This record gives sequence, structure tokens and C-alpha cells, in this order.
Amino acid sequence: MIVRISGEGQYEIDDAHTAQLNEIDNAVVTAVEAGDEQTFSSEWAKLLDYVRTNGTETAEDELATSDLILPPADITFAEAGEEFTGEGLIPD
Amino acid sequence: MPGMTGRFSTIVKAKVSKLLDRAEDPAETLDYSYTKQLEALQQVKKGIADIVTSKKRLQMQQTQRQQNVVKLDTQARQALAAGNEELARTALERKNVIQTELQGLDQQITDLEAQQQRLIDSEQKLRSKVEAFRTKKEVIKAQYSAAEAQVRISEAATGVGEEMADVGLAMQRAVDKTEQMKARADAVQELEAAGTFDDLTTLGSGQDDIDKQLAQLSSQSEVDDELAKMKAELGKGSDPAQIGAGAGEGAAADPAAADTPAAAPQEGAQP
Repeated sequence: MIVRISGEGQYEIDDAHTAQLNEIDNAVVTAVEAGDEQTFSSEWAKLLDYVRTNGTETAEDELATSDLILPPADITFAEAGEEFTGEGLIPD
Repeated sequence: MPGMTGRFSTIVKAKVSKLLDRAEDPAETLDYSYTKQLEALQQVKKGIADIVTSKKRLQMQQTQRQQNVVKLDTQARQALAAGNEELARTALERKNVIQTELQGLDQQITDLEAQQQRLIDSEQKLRSKVEAFRTKKEVIKAQYSAAEAQVRISEAATGVGEEMADVGLAMQRAVDKTEQMKARADAVQELEAAGTFDDLTTLGSGQDDIDKQLAQLSSQSEVDDELAKMKAELGKGSDPAQIGAGAGEGAAADPAAADTPAAAPQEGAQP
């Protein structure tokens, strides 16, 4: 599948990694809900690193859409909370 | 995928389809998409130019502050040489405040440079995708029947659309950050204009009372240290006891030492 890290680019990553990605994503959500900023930061970095390490950057002229789009690396704890409760990064 | 990433994906995708659905006639999609892509590129360029402008503004303030620091340092030395320690202290305290503000400015300029670089990278990526789309649409038109071409082109357009939406988000974040910095810089300027320059230390981002008090304490001791250092530099003879001891030799070697004792009684006579 293709995963985009917002502000960075697209990565092609094997579907076999989905479970692991889900697991880290759940840890991120748990940290946000618990108001645990430190864990959020480390888990968020872990999630992005997982994609960067296990994925391959797509070609510059690739025009495929992503299966998954991750918020940018510099998302703040407050913004992460907003993703669930408020307007989020992209108000609509 | 639920959770953080799932929600974010859904929102971005909704944004992309909204971006593309505006063409009423399917046959127009192709040209419409391409026009939109070129517009997006222009917007990113403008966004980069805006950041450069803000950066220049901050750099001007930086130069101004640096000049102030030099000026206040000179004034402190002059005041001390004339024996007016109170005035020297005031000048050094101001210098200290400006130096703190200068550090904040340095940080903001570094941040803006990072934002600028990120947008330049984004622009480059979007440019590549737009170029790929332009090539691809010609190939698709030549190779496929009208109906199939439509499907493939709209797939490609969605791919570029996602890049456009993402660049748009990066731009929005950059603009927000720049606005925050501008607001802070304006607040500083207003305070300066109002003559409440001494309160500048309160403007640090997110500083609470404890931070403020700690900053005051450290700035106080920094001023003391600097004053002591300046005294030592200006004339080892400013200590009257030392002058008495080293009589002729000290006074001849250091002109500042000769000035200081002359100024001292004057200061004492004033009150």
C-alpha cells in the first residue's frame, strides 16, 4: 500500500506491515486520550520512523493516491487532540 | 484503519475530491485539473515569497537589536569610567533584556528558514507531479478510448490533487506560524514605542511566572557579573585601596585609573 507522510512524501510499504502500523497508531491514540504528551511524541516519532524505514519512497512522477495519509511530523500534542475532538489540522 | 491516521486520511481524501469535483463537464476535468495545478504552484511560490519577506523583517530587527547591544555596552563603559555605577547598571540591564530578545529573534529566524526550505521542497515535489500529469494526459489521450481515458486521467488528477492538498496544508501551517511571529514582533515594537521596554522579558513564548522570576534572577546575576568584569577591565585602579598601594606606577600606566578617583568624589557630593 502507499502511505503518505504529510509534508514529506509518499512511501510504498508492504501490506504485511499493516498490523504493526495499527498497533503503533493505537498507542498514539491512547496517549492522546490519556493526555500523555511525552508518550504521544515518542509513539508518533516511532510511527513515522516505521514508515520511513520499512517503506520505499515513490518516484517523483508517480501519480498514485495514498491508501493512508499521516499527519505531519511536527504535529503538536494540541493539534493531535483536535484531530479527535475538534476541527483537526484541516478544518472542513 | 481507524485512529489518528485513519481520521486524517479520510479528511484529506474528502478535501481532494472536493477539489476535483468542481469541473461540471467530465470532458473539462483534464484541463480544469491542469489549470488548478498551475494555480497551486503559483500559490506555493507566493507563500515562499511571503516567508522571505517576514524573515527579512525579523533580520532587520535583529540588526537593530545588535546595534543597540553595542551601543548600550559602550554607554555602560562610559558611565562606569565616569564613576556613575548606577547608570552603568541600568545600561547593562537593558542590554541584557535586548540580548534575551535577540535570542528569541534568532530562534524565530531559524524556524522561518526551516519553513521556507520545507515549502521549497514541497514546491519541487508538486512541480514534478504536475509535469508528470501533463505528460501522462497526452499519452492517455493518444492510447485509450475516450471513456477509458477519462477514468485514467481522473485517477492521475486525484494523485496530483492529493499532492496539492498536502502542499496546501503545509502552506497553511507556515502562514499560521509566520502570523504568530509577526504578532509577537509587533507586540514588542509597541512596547518599545510605549517606553515599557523593561518589560520585554515578559514576552517570551509560554513563559509563566516562575520562568519570569528565574529569568529575572539570572539576568540580575548576569548584570552583576558583567558589571564586575567591566570594572576590572576599565581600570584595576578603580579600587581606591589599590591606587593608594600602587601609587605612581598604576596611575601612569592606565589613564582610566586616573579618571576614576576624580569622578568618585563628584558622585559622592551630589546627594
